[in-house]
Amino acid sequence: MRVLRQPVIRGARFFLAHAPGLVRHGSKPSRDIARDAGVEDAIRGALRPWERARDYAPNQVLIGARHPDSLWDLPRPWWETSPPGDRRGPHGEIGPEEELYGLLKIGDQFDLVQLEAGFVEEARDALAAHPLVAKSDLDALGAGLPGAAIAERLAGPVPAAPLHLRSGRRIGCIAAGHETDQTLAPDVLLENLAAKMTAAMALRALLAGEAIDPGSVDYVIGSGEEAVGDRYQRGGGNLAKAVAEQAGCLGATGVDVKGFCCGPVHALAIAGSLVAAGVFSRVAVIGGCALAKLGMKYQGHLRHGQPVLEDTLVGVALLVEGDDRRSPRLRLDAIGRHRVAAGASQKAIFESLVRDPLRALGWGFRDVDKYATELHNPELTEPSGSGDVPQLNYKVIGGLAALAREIAPADVPAFARAHGLPGFSPTQGHIASAIAFLGHALDGLRGGRYRRALFLAKGSLFLGRMTQMADGISVIVERNE
Amino acid sequence: MLKGKKVIALGERDGIQGGAIAACARAAGAVVVLEKTYCFV
Amino acid sequence: MAEKLDREEVVVLLGTPTEDASRLYAMTVTTGDPSWAGALAGVALQLPVYHVTEDAVKAEIAPADYDEHLALMAMAMDVDAIAGAVRRVREGHDA
Repeated sequence: MRVLRQPVIRGARFFLAHAPGLVRHGSKPSRDIARDAGVEDAIRGALRPWERARDYAPNQVLIGARHPDSLWDLPRPWWETSPPGDRRGPHGEIGPEEELYGLLKIGDQFDLVQLEAGFVEEARDALAAHPLVAKSDLDALGAGLPGAAIAERLAGPVPAAPLHLRSGRRIGCIAAGHETDQTLAPDVLLENLAAKMTAAMALRALLAGEAIDPGSVDYVIGSGEEAVGDRYQRGGGNLAKAVAEQAGCLGATGVDVKGFCCGPVHALAIAGSLVAAGVFSRVAVIGGCALAKLGMKYQGHLRHGQPVLEDTLVGVALLVEGDDRRSPRLRLDAIGRHRVAAGASQKAIFESLVRDPLRALGWGFRDVDKYATELHNPELTEPSGSGDVPQLNYKVIGGLAALAREIAPADVPAFARAHGLPGFSPTQGHIASAIAFLGHALDGLRGGRYRRALFLAKGSLFLGRMTQMADGISVIVERNE
Repeated sequence: MLKGKKVIALGERDGIQGGAIAACARAAGAVVVLEKTYCFV
Repeated sequence: MAEKLDREEVVVLLGTPTEDASRLYAMTVTTGDPSWAGALAGVALQLPVYHVTEDAVKAEIAPADYDEHLALMAMAMDVDAIAGAVRRVREGHDA
């Protein structure tokens, strides 16, 4: 295949929103709270304050303030040993929940979100200092409502859900988009609005950070796992265009690509292909947060006397454009794909996603400096018995290298350490699936630390009950030389 | 212990998936009555 | 559905990747661990349960099938710890 224009990845940014007050709206917490109100008190008693979430070393890795490899030298548990950190890093930022609620209101064009009048002023003060928040945004905050009016909304007749801070203080509510349409229920709209605004803030940060005119972006591809629609089109989609609007990309249209956790890597392959073909010149790939996954494994954390660590939402923005002779290149000639016929064995999956692309380029397993696979922070997954997912995946890649006789079986652990990464991503689905490493990968590929990085993502299609299959896709990103 | 038996295959996406267990069970002469894959993350 | 099956005929094969997850799922299909929510929750099924990487299962799988579907994961997982956990549940030592 002759590539007409070589696509590159210009940049990546992550927007982390600490959201302890929203943990109760996560899927697992909300279902358990509905059965047993005591769960809400147990969770509230275990929520981290803002500073702890900001300083949390894995979050600092995601915003680029420290390298993933540095986590090997930080004793566990990281939620106790993390040194102080800044809210801003080279690859993004983490913000407190007060700002998030303000952003939800700013992005709300349907008066779904009502904030209490006193709280609005607190949010306004906080956001006024934010470099990516404009006066028009602050105007969109409005004046808020008296507490009694919020209480009245929560009493009905239109369904509404309360919004709280970590302390339990109620600061507003979000209403349903329709009296009876379940696809516009308050919790659905909350999830979608959070996805929209976390993605929009990541995109604003990326464009500002790279000094790119938002008007020059001509396509935005959404890749998150939310369903945006109504009862006649539950997953209608194109949240991407709403994000484009919110990020000032007036020259863009958008579309959503759906692939469970693989969505962003599929979207990268598509973005690269569009740029290569000259259909679009500057394509943003965005992925909003997964609010449903807040507090997903809270039971394990409580059982082990830990804070509820799944308290942070993450949105991502990536930019793909034509070769600028410095940004890392996307190898469109070596996209790994898990075909329908491949079957369900990990061997078949990893051969499709790793061995075959390497063979296509004539590379060995050790010719890739870093593999980015499922990067879930083990501190989030181990207490509930799910183990260390990244290390398991790296041992599989190492095992494949051993089967190919490129390394000895005894060298698999060393291979995993050298070519793998410690997990650091929040369990935010499509964020944890490989792309969480993109900020550091791009730095390393530009700066000379790496020559090649391979991003492989898997998607659990079987969860939708339409197929027993999983999916997987991989892309290789290399130094521009 | 597999031949002629009815197998319930419970897999995990990052472990051994249901389809892989089922393929082995069938090849060993069992009938797979339930195949499920869980996703821990 | 499990109620309609004869326990003598049924065997559960697990593909869980860790010792903890294997113990949890093994208990779910034997004693019915109530902390797990799903189609099989809360019912003491007392089904025979093995992890697919246990020697007893491996012995009945043709080498070609084992190589294709199981060998790679058997290298990456702690199969001894997993087998031990499932065996203890199966033999009734893990309440």
